[in-house]
Amino acid sequence: MFRPRSEAAPATVTVSVEGRRVRVAAGASAAAAVLAAGLDDIRETATGSRRAPYCMIGVCWECLAEIDGVPSRQSCMVEVAEGMTIRRQIGPRRVDVAPIRR
Amino acid sequence: MRAAEFAVIGAGPAGMAAAIRAAELGLDTILIDDQRAPGGQIYRAVERAGADSPLGPDYLAGRELVAALRASAVEYRPATSLWHLDPEGRLFLAAGERCEVVSARRVLLATGAIERPVPIPGWTLPGVMTVGAAQTLLKTADLVPTGRVVLAGQGPLLYLAASQLVRAAAPPGLILDTTAPADYRRCLSALRRGRPRPRMLLAGLAAIAAIKRAGIQVRHGVRGLRALGAGALERVAWEGGETGADHLFVHQGLIPNLQISLALQLRHEWNDDQLCWQPVLDPWGQTSLPGIAVAGDGGRILGAAAARLSGELAALDAAMMLGRITGPDRDRQAEPIRAALGREQALRGFLDRLYRPAPAILAPAEDDTIVCRCENVSAGAIRRAVRQGAPGPNQVKAFTRCGMGPCQGRICAGVVAALIAESLGRSPGQIELWRPRAPYKPITVAALANLAVAE
Amino acid sequence: MDRCDTIVIGGGLVGAAIAYGLVRAGLDTVMLDEGDVAFRAARGNFGLVWVQSKGEGAPHYQRWTRLSADEWPILAAELEDQTGIAVGHRRPGGLHLCLGAEEFAQRRQRMERMRREAGNFGFDYRMLGPGEVAELLPGIGPEVSGASWTPYDGHANPLALLRALHQGFAAKGGRYLGNTTVSEVTAAPADFRVAIAGGEIAAAKVVLAAGLGNAALAPRFGLSAPVRPQRGQILVTERAAPVLPLPTTTIRQTEEGTIMLGDSMEDVGFDTGQAPAVMAAIARRAAASLPWLGGLNIVRGWAALRVIPPDGLPIYDQSEQFRGAFVANCHSGVTLAAAHANRLAPMIAAGALDASLALFSGRRFDVPAAV
Repeated sequence: MFRPRSEAAPATVTVSVEGRRVRVAAGASAAAAVLAAGLDDIRETATGSRRAPYCMIGVCWECLAEIDGVPSRQSCMVEVAEGMTIRRQIGPRRVDVAPIRR
Repeated sequence: MRAAEFAVIGAGPAGMAAAIRAAELGLDTILIDDQRAPGGQIYRAVERAGADSPLGPDYLAGRELVAALRASAVEYRPATSLWHLDPEGRLFLAAGERCEVVSARRVLLATGAIERPVPIPGWTLPGVMTVGAAQTLLKTADLVPTGRVVLAGQGPLLYLAASQLVRAAAPPGLILDTTAPADYRRCLSALRRGRPRPRMLLAGLAAIAAIKRAGIQVRHGVRGLRALGAGALERVAWEGGETGADHLFVHQGLIPNLQISLALQLRHEWNDDQLCWQPVLDPWGQTSLPGIAVAGDGGRILGAAAARLSGELAALDAAMMLGRITGPDRDRQAEPIRAALGREQALRGFLDRLYRPAPAILAPAEDDTIVCRCENVSAGAIRRAVRQGAPGPNQVKAFTRCGMGPCQGRICAGVVAALIAESLGRSPGQIELWRPRAPYKPITVAALANLAVAE
Repeated sequence: MDRCDTIVIGGGLVGAAIAYGLVRAGLDTVMLDEGDVAFRAARGNFGLVWVQSKGEGAPHYQRWTRLSADEWPILAAELEDQTGIAVGHRRPGGLHLCLGAEEFAQRRQRMERMRREAGNFGFDYRMLGPGEVAELLPGIGPEVSGASWTPYDGHANPLALLRALHQGFAAKGGRYLGNTTVSEVTAAPADFRVAIAGGEIAAAKVVLAAGLGNAALAPRFGLSAPVRPQRGQILVTERAAPVLPLPTTTIRQTEEGTIMLGDSMEDVGFDTGQAPAVMAAIARRAAASLPWLGGLNIVRGWAALRVIPPDGLPIYDQSEQFRGAFVANCHSGVTLAAAHANRLAPMIAAGALDASLALFSGRRFDVPAAV
């Protein structure tokens, strides 16, 4: 688990991690939000192995998560925004064969 | 198409210093950064940092450099990835779904370092992260780990991070130092030969003192490190001991981030002191491909101060090549920079000898240990492939899928090379280099499809 | 000096399949192969076991291809049995997608020509309209005007195939010498010496399966293999949930879930560099065919050199000047693997190519002397 360092929090942002509301420092990454939410892992690989972020700097690609409905986002490289929804990625990347037409 | 004179890839100390200097010399400079804000790794999120940051004064010193970048005439492009660079100097960039081509007459790769991957048994368990990850969480999210926290490995960063956690009122419970006793003896001889800068030594000693004061247990000469747990980290074990753990932060030094330099097939050489490959560079950072230079830890692991200096040298060289300053002018301006760089390099030999990783770290002894995290390929599978005739990392990749995942071999390539070397009884320097290809970072089909045909 | 029955020069898909067939026929065989950094078309392969577009104007090639595709499952099962390696062969039939009306019309003409040329051998194909394609592939784009389909097409894992052939070869006593370059050759009827670093190998038979390297090697054995390189580029996505039940000529989903996108045909000599414009074209066509591909991350890309004879058809030949020397070249090493292991290798073992392969002889390129 991770906790905020200081009680006197700097600017914060509220996001949703697996349906749960979490408050994190503005400027934090989505991966950090997942860790702050207390989740043990962030995804399951295509072969069922549970994984969590390893490097936090965009090198290891373990932090893949679904952010605002888009799967396979490198969550340590995505900055949190108010209202962002973050979900674990289970198994191989889900494909939506009928995307909404814009 | 945007046509710049000087393109810098990476906004760490080397990239920032190079870009700022180049702009001062009048070069039309563009700085490409795949991170969201300048600073690279060491100065990550420094713009947002408060003066009371537990990361300390060396970290906060980066604010000045970032401010100078913001104030300069450099065109700064955050959240932008370079996915292909052709030898004629055309940079293919992706920012979200947008693809763009930029040309530059000279390119500087300042992509910095990555932490050497630490393939111990159980390292893929949730709860095992790099020491750098702990620092990143502190810098960008102001988060500290709770519960039973263990730091393990060797290198200055290990103690620095521990002291930062102490200052953040979240001291780790245990430090497992894997430095071998023989390394201490070797480093003393290097100390006598070189003249390491007192300030650096004092900083190191201060970190160690802070750790002692906080009452953190430190074990030395640790071997056989492993992470244990069912589905997530539960215990950390080593030869002769073990403990319950909620977090294990590992560190075995830094290695240059070679993804682009290897993709460009630049000439590289094996550095047997630091046990890593590095691009072959002339004194100005020029590589084997004309017009492409490297500065900072992406060329040689020398630390942030040296990175800034090598960045400035590269900028001076580019300015001369582009006719902005004369050769003698370039040399004159470079003199004090070279002197400072020399002083930085003096400490390096000492640190390299002290913190040279053990062979078991490079090539995991147990066949079960995962090597390629993305594709779940074990050390045993790689050894088997070599036994069955795969002569090098590219064929090992073809046979085992090692390196075919989204990290594109960044994490596993060095380990694969070490395993091949061990299997063939050679030095890693004698194994063929692996060859990453474009896209240098994953991009979506849609982004690629958006690349304008008329470039 | 090392002696054996046959030397196979080349350890790619062609060499390995032939070598495997030879050891299976009981011949003491040595396979010579390059090192880690090699052109190695085998590593750049898309993985189709493809029949429908092969041999327009050359029905013998269509027949040879179909024969190989029909025997493929047998080879795959045998290799899995021998080595434990599953090469992932599936044969659900295949589609060639058409974008726009003109492509559809041209494709239909082509398929019809092939049916006519096939004569009694037959060529079963169907032209599908967009509605029918939509029933086979999910989420096709509005530009898709239809597709040609045949039941003969399938796909497999080319890297697993190469590995299985190598292992099967070794398991049957074949000797593999990798990281090897042939420095000198001496040819005499049924008596060949090949010099490599570390010694010389002698055999009564030699098979040239060195891909692009055959062009220079063949004349030394009284053979001709005027092959040239043709670059092809491929993109591979991240692993995705299973979504594509059928392969198409330029899009297929592998067993691991990654989706492969191709292809290109570039005349650039021996350049294995990637060209972003070509990569973008591949991505564009893929996204036009199946728009939902747009969101997938491309994790890998590469460029490799196909081995192309002047008319695109395989070259199989035996030397008249030096009995016992054979040459084999093709650009479909995966598709023809079964034919190479099960038909070509036994012919070589018996000492002579069947008359049925006469049309594949390299002599078809000889310019007839003016009378």
